[in-house]
Parts: sequence; structure tokens; C-alpha cells
Amino acid sequence: MVPTSFYILISAVLFTIGALGVLVRRNAIVVFMCIELMLNASNLAFVAAARQYQQMSGQVFVFFVMVIAAAEVAVGLAIIITVFRNRETLDVDSVNELKN
Amino acid sequence: MPFDLPLALIILFPLLGFAVCGLIGSDMKKPWPGIIASGTVLASFLVALIRVIGLAIMPQNARVISETVYTWISVGALRSDVSFLFDPLSAVMILIITGVGFLIHLYSIGYMAEDHNDPNGRLYARYFCWLNLFIAFMSLLVLADNFLLMFVGWEGVGLCSYFLIGYWFKREDARGACKKAFIVNRIGDFGFLLAMMLIFVVVGSLNYSDVFDAVRNTPQLFSVGILGTIGAATLIPLLLFVGATGKSAQIPLFVWLPDAMAGPTPVSALIHAATMVTAGVYMVARSSSLFLNAPNIQILICVVGTLTALFAALSALAQTDIKKVLAYSTVSQLGFMFMAVGVGAYAFAIFHVLAHAFFKACLFLGSGSVIHSLHGEQDMDKMGGLAKKMKITNITFLAGGLALAGFFPFAGFFSKDEILDAVIHAGSGAPILIACGVVGFIAALVTGIYTGRQYAQVFLGNARDEELYEHAHESGPTMTIPLIILGIGSLVVGFLGMPYLTFIPAWGHVFTNWLAPVFVAGASAEAPSIILLVIGLLIGWGGWYGGVVLGKNAVGVLMPESLRVVSLDKIYTATIVRAGYAIADACRWIDDTFVDGIVNLVGGFVGESAVALRATQTSYVRNYALAMAVGAVIVLAWFVIK
Repeated sequence: MVPTSFYILISAVLFTIGALGVLVRRNAIVVFMCIELMLNASNLAFVAAARQYQQMSGQVFVFFVMVIAAAEVAVGLAIIITVFRNRETLDVDSVNELKN
Repeated sequence: MPFDLPLALIILFPLLGFAVCGLIGSDMKKPWPGIIASGTVLASFLVALIRVIGLAIMPQNARVISETVYTWISVGALRSDVSFLFDPLSAVMILIITGVGFLIHLYSIGYMAEDHNDPNGRLYARYFCWLNLFIAFMSLLVLADNFLLMFVGWEGVGLCSYFLIGYWFKREDARGACKKAFIVNRIGDFGFLLAMMLIFVVVGSLNYSDVFDAVRNTPQLFSVGILGTIGAATLIPLLLFVGATGKSAQIPLFVWLPDAMAGPTPVSALIHAATMVTAGVYMVARSSSLFLNAPNIQILICVVGTLTALFAALSALAQTDIKKVLAYSTVSQLGFMFMAVGVGAYAFAIFHVLAHAFFKACLFLGSGSVIHSLHGEQDMDKMGGLAKKMKITNITFLAGGLALAGFFPFAGFFSKDEILDAVIHAGSGAPILIACGVVGFIAALVTGIYTGRQYAQVFLGNARDEELYEHAHESGPTMTIPLIILGIGSLVVGFLGMPYLTFIPAWGHVFTNWLAPVFVAGASAEAPSIILLVIGLLIGWGGWYGGVVLGKNAVGVLMPESLRVVSLDKIYTATIVRAGYAIADACRWIDDTFVDGIVNLVGGFVGESAVALRATQTSYVRNYALAMAVGAVIVLAWFVIK
């Protein structure tokens, strides 16, 4: 059996890559993909823990996370489309009117 | 049965008038606020009259009625209720206040109706609102049965005086005068307050009955030394007299009274002739037993009264404004009242209060009638010959003037003569009082002179200003009826105090007998010596005729310009007022620098920190995302370390 820590490690690495992507990338859709990456990293961690402790709750919770991800994507993409329609660019740095 | 009408009604009626005139008076048409106000005072007078009759039918020694309305203050040892003491002294005062007050209210209805300072007519109700409140407070003052309640009335009349003197507040002189009156009064009130505190410390109560019983039964309480060796027995009367000095315009606190003539003339008649200024005399008379153990203070009172009487009488001689003459005359007559009080002749002092109320109010209202008919002219140099045009005013002014001058057989002669007689008789114990008596006779002479002069200058001779004379006319009935009543009163009221009609037994000493149970034995009401009687007679007649001669020739006894440099007003301005302004400037500096500094500092701090914090609002989404990530890491780290 593969030690659970490997799975957790991969989950951590994926999460970190996703987090850094959110902070560094300028394209809004790429930022969204990184957010999905973070969510899936946490899914992996849940499943690994479920396997370790032989509980179904971890796997059930993954469903919840997926539902939330779906809802969030729906709303987020709607926002991105509206922003694109107004400014013809997807650069997150371009939405900077709320300055002090 | 009607003799149980509650005394509180006397105060409640004018309070009601104050509320009505104050709240809805300005919505009423012109004479109605005046009619309502006069009605309430008339109601008070009727209640007072009924109660006085009820008092008179009681046996002479038992004429003390006490009525409690409710418990006001009951804290520790201090117990001060709203309760009234009704005895012959308060009976006399309350009849004067409500009676003369009613006549003046009646007069004011007509006088204030055409007010060129008030084109909209909206100030009319305000006048009556304050006038009624004044009657309420003054009644409270004389009916109270403890010092604290009397002080409420004392302050209240000072307040109403402030509002009424400053009634035409758009005028510069009225503004200054009302402040001056209130502030100078306050100085006296400070003395009164100190006296009350001392009384409380020594006796433990502020009720008249407790205090006067303590003086009678346990006088050793008062030997407590307060300032070194000066005992409470001396200090309390002295401080009470300081209070009286402020309210009753004696040296050195009389300076507010001449300036107070900036108010409407009926106000001067009521407040500064008949009632408020006599509050000091009443207070000292009421506290007569306290003064018994302080003969030095009594002598001081007599001396101050004498000096005031003479000084003010001389000042009156030099005035050209018709009201200022009467103002200084009031100060002078108050000096006479204090001379009487100083030698223990309290009944004579109150008798002079009564006579003075009648003739001074009559004179003031008469001068108001003259001013009214000359459309606001107050300078006597422009008057003259009005006797032909204003017959009723002429006769009533003559009556009041003769009474003031001490012209036998009118009121002022009896009261002044009895006072001076008492002073000279008391001089057997203290020689300085004989000097006071002599000076008093001189002051009486000057009184006759300035009064005769005023009458002659205004009414006799030829008109000095033809245009004004053309328009002069007699005033309407609301003004002349009170004048007639007061004029008759001035002539007649003197007979109440006559001591010599012993061949008509019922009339001898009516007034002094009425008041006798109230006062601790002071100067006895013995028959005055014939010599002094004759001197008084000659002074009264001579002074008047001498004055008339001066007046007909419009000779004013004016001080040379060089002497005008020194005046009490100027001394006060140079010292106390200047010091006051300096303190005010220093306070303003402290306020600007420190208080404003701290407030500005706080505000500045908020502003600066806002500027600093604004730097976090970069509007870049990625900065915010970074902040969130860093925050999440910190929270996580904290949980891990825990």
C-alpha cells in the first residue's frame, strides 16, 4: 500500500502550484483554472484520508466540494464574460478603477 | 370661610399668566395679553386682600399663619419646603406688590400698545409674560418662610429685571444695562449666599422660625468665630446687608439702577421703584433679630444709607433726563429706608416702603405719560409748560412730587420725618448717628429741591420746544386711571403712619401697631420731638419751592466737567471690568491653545492615519489576493504552532 503521506504530498504540491498560479498569472481564465487546481488538490487530500481511515465521509465531502466548484465557476465565468464585453481584455490588472 | 384661600394662589395666578402670555401670547391681538396679565395680578390682589382681612380679624399677638405646599429639599440636615409665612409684614408687602403691580399692568396695556421699537406688535406679549413672572417671584420672595425659598424669589426677580430692562434688546444701551443690572446684583447675591451658608452652619436650618428662635434662645451659637475673632453674630448680618446692597442699590452697588432706565417706563415704576428694590429692605427687616446682636453692623447700615441718600440726591439734582432724576431719587429714598433699618426702626422703614411705592410709581408712570405724549422725548430741557396740555398727568405728578419732597401733610413728610427722628434719638447711644441724622435732613432738603425742579421744568413755565409741545396730548384712560389712584394714594397713605393724631385715638400709630408684633423691639414709636417736626416741615416746604424756582428758570445744577472725571462707573470699569476682560482673554487663549489643540490633534491623527492606510487600497486584484494568501498562511501557522 502506498503510504498516505505521498498522496498528501502531491496534494500539497498541487495546491501550492495552484496558489502561486492565482497570484502570478494575469489571464483571468488561467486564474480560474488554478483555483480549480487548488480545489482538486483538496479533493485528493480528502480521498486519501478517507482511504486511510476507511470512512466514507471523506469521499462524500468531495462531492460537496465539486458542487461548490461548479457553482463558483458558473458565476465566475459570467463575471469574466461581462468584464471582457466591457473592456476587450482579460488582464486582471486592467480592472483597477477602485483606487484610493 | 374665604379666609382659607390658599396663599399659593397669589403666586400661581401670575405664573399662569406668564405661561399663557409666553406660549400663546404672540398669537393674540394687541390688548389681550395685557388684559390677561392684568387680570391675573388683580386676582392675586383680591386673594391677598381677603387673606389680609382674615389676618386682621385675628388677635394681635397671634397673627402668624404658616402654610406648607410641599416638601422641596430634604437632604441630611437641610430641610427647606415650599411653605409660606403670612404675618403683618408679608401682608403689607404682598398688598403693595399685587396692588401697585396691578395698576402698573393696567397702565402698561396702553403704554406698550404704541411701541415704535416694535412695529410688528409681536413683542407685546413677551413684555407681559415677564411682568407677570416678576409678580410671581416677588410674591414668592415676601411669602416664603425660609431663606432658601426667599432666595429663589430673590434671584427670580433679578432674572425678570434682566429680561425687562433688556426688553428692547436691539438698543445698545438696553443690552449693556440689563447685563450690568444682573451682574451687579449677583455680587450682592454672593454675599447673601454666604450669609445663608453661615446661618446653616451655625443654626442647622434655614427656616425663619428656627433661625429666629435660635437667636432668641441660644445666642451663644452665634459667637462662633469664623474669620479669626470675627464671630458669626457680626458676619451674618454684614453679609445679609451686602446682599441687600446689591438688590436695593446702595453704595457701592447702586450703579445698575440709573442705567436700568433703558427699559420701558412701567418696568422702572414697578421694579425699580415699588417692588424689587425694596426686597433688600424687606429681607433686612425680616431678619431683624439677627441684627440685634451686631450693633456695629447696624451703625454701618445707617451710615451707608445716609451717604447713599445724600450722594444720590445730589446726583439727581444734576440730571437732565426725566427718568434718571427719578432713578437717583429711588436710590436716595432707599438710603433713607436703610437709615431707618440701621437704627432698628423697622416699622418706619416699611412705612417708607409703602409711601415710596405709591409716590415713586406715580412719578414714574407720570413721566411715562409725558414721554409717551412727546413721542419718546426724555430730555427735560425740551419740556415745559405741559400743565396746560396734560391736566391729569400734571396733578398726579404734582401729588407724587409733593409726597416725595416731604411736603406737609403728604405721605413723604411723615415717613421721612419719623425716620430722621428715630435716627437722631438713637444717636444718644452712638454720636455718629446724630451726624447721620443731620446729613439726612440735608438729603431731605435736596430731595425737595430736585423734585420741585423736575416738576417745574416739565410742567410749569413756557414750552421750550414748540414742535413737541404742539403734539403733546393727555394719555388715554388706561394710563390716567392708575395715575389718579396712585396720586390719591400718595397723598393719603401718609395718614396711616401718623403718630400725632392722638386726639383721634383710632388713628394713632395705625401702621406701627400693625407691624409691631413682627419686629424685635427696636426704636420705640414715641412721639417725635416738636423741633425736628418743625425742621422737617420747613425743609419740605422750602426745598420744594426752592426747586420750583430753579426749575422755572431751567437751571440745572450741573457738575463742572472736571469733576465728571471721577465716577463710580469709571472706577469700576478701570478696575473690575478690565480685570474681568483680562481673565476672559486668558481663558480664551487657553481654550484656543489647549482645548482646541487637543481636539485638532485627534482630528489630525485620524486624517494622517487615513492617508497612511489609503496606501493599502491599490485596486489591483492580485495585491488583494496576495494579502489573503499571506493571511491564510499566518492563521495556519498559528494553529500549527499551537
